[in-house]
Amino acid sequence: MSAASEHHPDLPPPRRQLGVLGWLRRNLFSTWYNSLLTLLAGYLLVRYAIPVINWALVEARFAGADASACDTEGACWLFVRERLGFFIYGFYPEALRWRVNIVFVLLAAAFAPQLIERFPGRRWLGLFGLTAFPVIALVLIRGGVLGLEAVPTADWGGLMLTLVLAYGGIFAALPVGTVLALGRRSDMPVIRGLSVVFIEVWRAVPLITVLFMASVMLPLFLPEGVNFDKLLRALIGIIMFQSAYMAEVVRGGLQAIPRGQYEAADALGLGYWRKMGLVILPQALKLVIPGIVNTFISLFKDTSLVLIIGLFDLLGTVQATIIDPAWSDVATEGYVFVAAVFWVFCFGLSRYSQDLERKLDTGHRER
Amino acid sequence: MIDTATTDRGPVASSAAGGDAIIRVHDMHKWFGAFHVLKAIDLTVSRGERIVICGPSGSGKSTFIRCINRLEEHQRGLIEVDGVELTEDVKHVETVRREVGMVFQHFNLFPHLTVLENCCLAPLWVRKTPRRDAEATAMQYLERVRIPEQARKYPGQLSGGQQQRVAIARALCMQPKIMLFDEPTSALDPEMIKEVLDVMIELARSGMTMLCVTHEMGFAKTVADRVIFMDGGEIVEQAPPSTFFNDPQEPRTQRFLQQILAH
Repeated sequence: MSAASEHHPDLPPPRRQLGVLGWLRRNLFSTWYNSLLTLLAGYLLVRYAIPVINWALVEARFAGADASACDTEGACWLFVRERLGFFIYGFYPEALRWRVNIVFVLLAAAFAPQLIERFPGRRWLGLFGLTAFPVIALVLIRGGVLGLEAVPTADWGGLMLTLVLAYGGIFAALPVGTVLALGRRSDMPVIRGLSVVFIEVWRAVPLITVLFMASVMLPLFLPEGVNFDKLLRALIGIIMFQSAYMAEVVRGGLQAIPRGQYEAADALGLGYWRKMGLVILPQALKLVIPGIVNTFISLFKDTSLVLIIGLFDLLGTVQATIIDPAWSDVATEGYVFVAAVFWVFCFGLSRYSQDLERKLDTGHRER
Repeated sequence: MIDTATTDRGPVASSAAGGDAIIRVHDMHKWFGAFHVLKAIDLTVSRGERIVICGPSGSGKSTFIRCINRLEEHQRGLIEVDGVELTEDVKHVETVRREVGMVFQHFNLFPHLTVLENCCLAPLWVRKTPRRDAEATAMQYLERVRIPEQARKYPGQLSGGQQQRVAIARALCMQPKIMLFDEPTSALDPEMIKEVLDVMIELARSGMTMLCVTHEMGFAKTVADRVIFMDGGEIVEQAPPSTFFNDPQEPRTQRFLQQILAH
């Protein structure tokens, strides 16, 4: 070995064309048709990106007294700024918005550090976000206890409502979906049958239908006098619907775990629940993180469908405002704003999942 | 040894099999669908006995030892392990599995846990051993299989031989009364077989009851009290290794030994 390495010392990898010019040549102008495409792409970029930047930033109005300030061709961000309170809180009474603000701060404190690798105690913050936080948030937003003035759910709205639905949906759909996936793979025919029926029924119905049924049909079947909250009904509908999707994602992970893992856990006498909880699910869920996050993201965006049953989520509040005659033609600004807010949250979810995948990757790597 | 506890179902086998039997198998049959894999298996294993099971592939030898901790169900006959009969009853099955360690051909370590966590998992959750004791025991067994320095690594970072030794340590951490080995060296590169066999030989000398499906005839000669030859789902011949290798009685055994000892 050592003799061989004397004869053949380690060499640096072959030099490529270096520097900016080399990079350009290699990536953009390597052949005549690549050069042509580069030029074409550059032209389109200049042609269309510049007007967009002009509209969104250069000629835009960010400040002013009222709608008359928006007298340019540019975007009227003033509109978003003026109505931000409504977009965030809906009809929530202004004097009580501090309660929602506390919830926002707690939410950010629990989950934003999850994106930072070495944040001290981030695990505890995450645990707080999953356990105590929902209780505190519910008490603060809803009120009616501890001397807090009650705010009916009909007044909830805007980003706050979107987050309530998304949080509730995400943190219920994963456990419910996991139980359904286990049920579908159970040896017990009754459990398996019920799980299959549940999954196939909910998955085969459009979410809009589910929401309509939750808001219109369900009250008809309930006995006189029994009436539970419209928001709660919508949330349960979303949870059921997304659980069915989640169940299939998790089932994919369960099926990918080799039989030997089940057998080894059995042979150690772990029993069903410990086998699943300690050996199979940690591996299966890790495998399907991309699918789980995919479902989370689609759930997050689907919450905007509650608009059709008269709940004003973020999109609903914007939708309701852009028809205000005091402002002329601010639909584009409104929708761009909604899109940007959704993008920030979904992109955050996506980044967190990538981070999680990397961290949990202990499987089959050398180091 | 009289066990009255656990024969609430099935026949009570006669106790003629000897005073210190730890495994009793009587007239045991198994089918995979219509295929009759195990036929009328009778076997009694004494405490501390070391048995090597060999036979051509498809002879049912792996299926047989997997029946002993009910990774496979038998459909007829009786299997009794340390006085507990294996039935549909999950409690019985789990009782038996706690006392029977198993080592697989493909190791089947849990890749998401470190070596130490692999070893501690069952003692912590099944035996409810305090963590400190479980870890101390685990380290002791990891030393016995000569890889204490790998305790904090993940299985994916170890060689096949090392993984198999961890698998042995993991099974031993439950302090089983019986160890089952299902072709423990078949998936290993040749240079790693010895390190695993060394550990197994040492274990055999410590007085552990062992049932071992293997093609390692050297191992059989060194440690086995009895060698069992299976073919076509039945036990064809069983004898102490000296008799088995030097004076096999059955033509099928003779043919098998010729084939594997030829090269």
